[in-house]
Amino acid sequence: MSQATPAPEQPPAGSTAPARRDDGLESRAQGALREMLESSWLVTLAALVLALVISGVLIAAADSAVQDAAGYFFARPADFFSAAWDAVWGAYVALFQGAVFDPGAATFARGIRPITETMTWAVPLILAGLGLGIGFRAGMFNIGAQGQIILGAIFAGYIGFAWDLPPVLHLLLAVIGGVIGGGLWAGIAGYLKARTGANEVIVTIMLNNIAIYLVGYLLTTSAFKRGDSNNPVSPPIAENALYPQLLGPQFRLHLGFVVAILAAVFVWWLMNRSTVGFAFRAVGSNPSAARTAGINVNRMYLLVMLVAGGLAGMAGTAQVLGTEKVLTAGIAASFGFDAITVALLGRSKPLGTFFAGLLFGALRAGGFAMQSRTGTPIDIVLVVQSLVVLFIAAPPLVRAVFRLPSPRGPGAQPAELAAPVVKEAAA
Amino acid sequence: MKLELRGITKRFGALVANDHIDLVVEPGEIHALLGENGAGKSTLMNVLYGFYDPDDGEILVDDRPVEFAGPGDAMAAGIGMVHQHFMLVPVFTVAENVVLGYEPVKGGGMIDLAAARRRVKEISDRFGFDVDPDAMVEDLPVGAQQRVEIIKALSRDAKVLILDEPTAVLTPQETDELIAIMRQLKAAGTSIVFITHKLREVRAVADRITVIRRGKVVGSARPDSAETELASLMVGRSVSLGVDRAPAQAGEVALQVRNLSVLDDAGVRQVDDVSFDVARGEIVAVAGVQGNGQTELTEVILGLQQPVAGSVVLDGTELVGRTVKQVLDAGVGFVPEDRTEDGVVADFSVAENLILDLYDRAPFARGISLDPRKVQENAERRTVEFDVRTPSVDAHAGTLSGGNQQKVVLAREMSRPLRLFIASQPTRGLDVGSIEFVHQRIVQERDTGTPVIIVSTELDEVLALADRIVVMYRGRIVGIVPGGTDRDVLGLMMAGVPQAEAVQQAATHHTVLGEADIEASEEESK
Repeated sequence: MSQATPAPEQPPAGSTAPARRDDGLESRAQGALREMLESSWLVTLAALVLALVISGVLIAAADSAVQDAAGYFFARPADFFSAAWDAVWGAYVALFQGAVFDPGAATFARGIRPITETMTWAVPLILAGLGLGIGFRAGMFNIGAQGQIILGAIFAGYIGFAWDLPPVLHLLLAVIGGVIGGGLWAGIAGYLKARTGANEVIVTIMLNNIAIYLVGYLLTTSAFKRGDSNNPVSPPIAENALYPQLLGPQFRLHLGFVVAILAAVFVWWLMNRSTVGFAFRAVGSNPSAARTAGINVNRMYLLVMLVAGGLAGMAGTAQVLGTEKVLTAGIAASFGFDAITVALLGRSKPLGTFFAGLLFGALRAGGFAMQSRTGTPIDIVLVVQSLVVLFIAAPPLVRAVFRLPSPRGPGAQPAELAAPVVKEAAA
Repeated sequence: MKLELRGITKRFGALVANDHIDLVVEPGEIHALLGENGAGKSTLMNVLYGFYDPDDGEILVDDRPVEFAGPGDAMAAGIGMVHQHFMLVPVFTVAENVVLGYEPVKGGGMIDLAAARRRVKEISDRFGFDVDPDAMVEDLPVGAQQRVEIIKALSRDAKVLILDEPTAVLTPQETDELIAIMRQLKAAGTSIVFITHKLREVRAVADRITVIRRGKVVGSARPDSAETELASLMVGRSVSLGVDRAPAQAGEVALQVRNLSVLDDAGVRQVDDVSFDVARGEIVAVAGVQGNGQTELTEVILGLQQPVAGSVVLDGTELVGRTVKQVLDAGVGFVPEDRTEDGVVADFSVAENLILDLYDRAPFARGISLDPRKVQENAERRTVEFDVRTPSVDAHAGTLSGGNQQKVVLAREMSRPLRLFIASQPTRGLDVGSIEFVHQRIVQERDTGTPVIIVSTELDEVLALADRIVVMYRGRIVGIVPGGTDRDVLGLMMAGVPQAEAVQQAATHHTVLGEADIEASEEESK
């Protein structure tokens, strides 16, 4: 005698059901984010291939030999295609040789130099990407890694050049300072979100701008500016505060790479084996259910930003204490923005982010070689990166191009669930 | 108009939602389509209405095969549909909603609202609907909104009207009015396909009953078949419809709610000066039509919302002002109304969902480190204990059926010693088998001495479980009555009629369903 009503998928159109706690825009953005994070490895790989193919077209189009051959395309089409092939193949071979191994190098050391460059470039990308990935999985669309890297570099750099401490301790303190700097900067966005509901996307973007001008300003003050120079450059970092070189002085690769590996392991543990990560993921997947289960969602927003910012700050330390050895206004380059792509490409998982960081490091390292050897503009690397983002952000597009099955294919969806959706679309 | 479905088959991947379904709806008959949630009723009607292309089979109207590319074709052929979730624009008037998509136009492309009003008035008068064409839809009660949907269908000359779970949102009195409307339509020659899983209503109005189970027609029945007969046909095994429960052994009062008032964000009073007690070993059901403050009441007890006045005292401890975590730690088990929104994390595994509010305490956590083995063991044990059907405890909760998701929530909330158990709509959207199980578990929990609050909009459920019933209307308590109170009295109280008056009114006028209750109890006593 006891039957129940079917669960209403949405409130009836005419009812005065109370509005859900999340506003529509936000939940839609989170839905899009979740779809990006859930797409399969196959889609990621396909996105990469697609990006390389389209960039190949651009490389060919920008190549002067191809342009010449296009002038008499109908007379001798073969010329055109071979010129295009040469241009694309040449550019990608140069890219590979500049990023992994250069067989034409005079010595073995010079031959493996490209891969160490790739690893060096990858360090800040991996560290900041790990931080962003944690945020994404907790439902925080943190765009502010750039500012967090800068703040990390400012704190670490200042401790590095202004203090005088014994070895090991100096490096340790400088790194901790950088982590605190990045963490606090991100914490501002987390605090505002938790207390006032301020959208973290907007706040972190604004904090990026503030950070960029802040470092520019600081480098004009006597506390930061190198005394003997007119350029906005800090004094060199003290020897004791530098990350040790891993392979000797002829390579730039430093201990920061090991730190990045350790950080990836730590993030894996945090997200999969700790109560904090459990709460992060619960909040990211379903904040309502998390709240109902007694998780303090606002505190998690703050906490996740502190951790994410700390990792981005660590990326800043890698730059200032390892690669550049000096604080400049351009210390963060565009790592903070590239790290967003890295995190998305790595689907916000530590291992994925690690390899995505390596890949983007390779694109950067190889881009220089590509430009110098084949004359292909290094901007192509940017195009590849941008296209990867574009395709990863649109998994259905990539799936359509490669005819991959949808993760929630028609078979996976029970009819009774599918029906209201169709009804809505048609109504 | 005669409508016939022949061998309709619809597949979604590996799932066969409709498997060679045959159905004949004769002119002027009320044909009930009876089946559990997920049996394939809605899919079948969506095929009929042109939303889905059938993989096999054909639709015949007056013995001529037809093909519907979309709802427009179906409507043109004389098929009208009233969805379970109304397709109305809340800020439009009744007349505007009725003509939406088929607007009569005057010269210059202006909508002829006068014609629209006339059309509504004419249909409304013909069937005695009593709907004001100029009323704003959002101001109408749910029952009236449903009549607007029916007018909408009739205004497009529907000869066959499909009603998809029409009574789900209605009070017994509104249901009664709907039944009267259905009979009138039938008398006027309109055929009605009545989709439902409620046996009582089917017996009250249907001329013929077709039962669907797992996408197949498993039989047809006459409306005078016994309820248990229909139920076992629907479920595929014999079921006991009532819950076996001994009378409550109510102990001392455990929960005292006093003068509780809650405002929503807009400042509207959602809970208004509510006071009641719950004793140990007693089930108190909070009955009411959806949206009369029950949700807010439970959320305040849990600490999700803060009241503007009043107190909630559990075993001498004030709960108001505490965080959700503190309330849960005080021994409150909470099953939220909307399990997909508030109960489970769809992306989490079953094992993770089973510790969603226990993850940071022993034995699952040591410091901030989770013990995956303990989480796994717990999941293996609970899924067996609560009969959760899942391929593995690592499967995502989102892949489970509604009933199994609900069992996960129950298993989690009942897996620790409780001082109070609150369940909102505990069986919403569940199949008969799962309902039976959930009700038994709730009664078991009561029998261990836990005070229990059940919030339900389903009178069947309220009557099956409650030892006492708190009826809420517009945030206020209309009355507190003993379990087993007459269905008609409860229905009137849910519409805001004070208890004494409700008893009087119910005595003079029985609803169809109320009469069925009385008949059933008379049969039992014989």
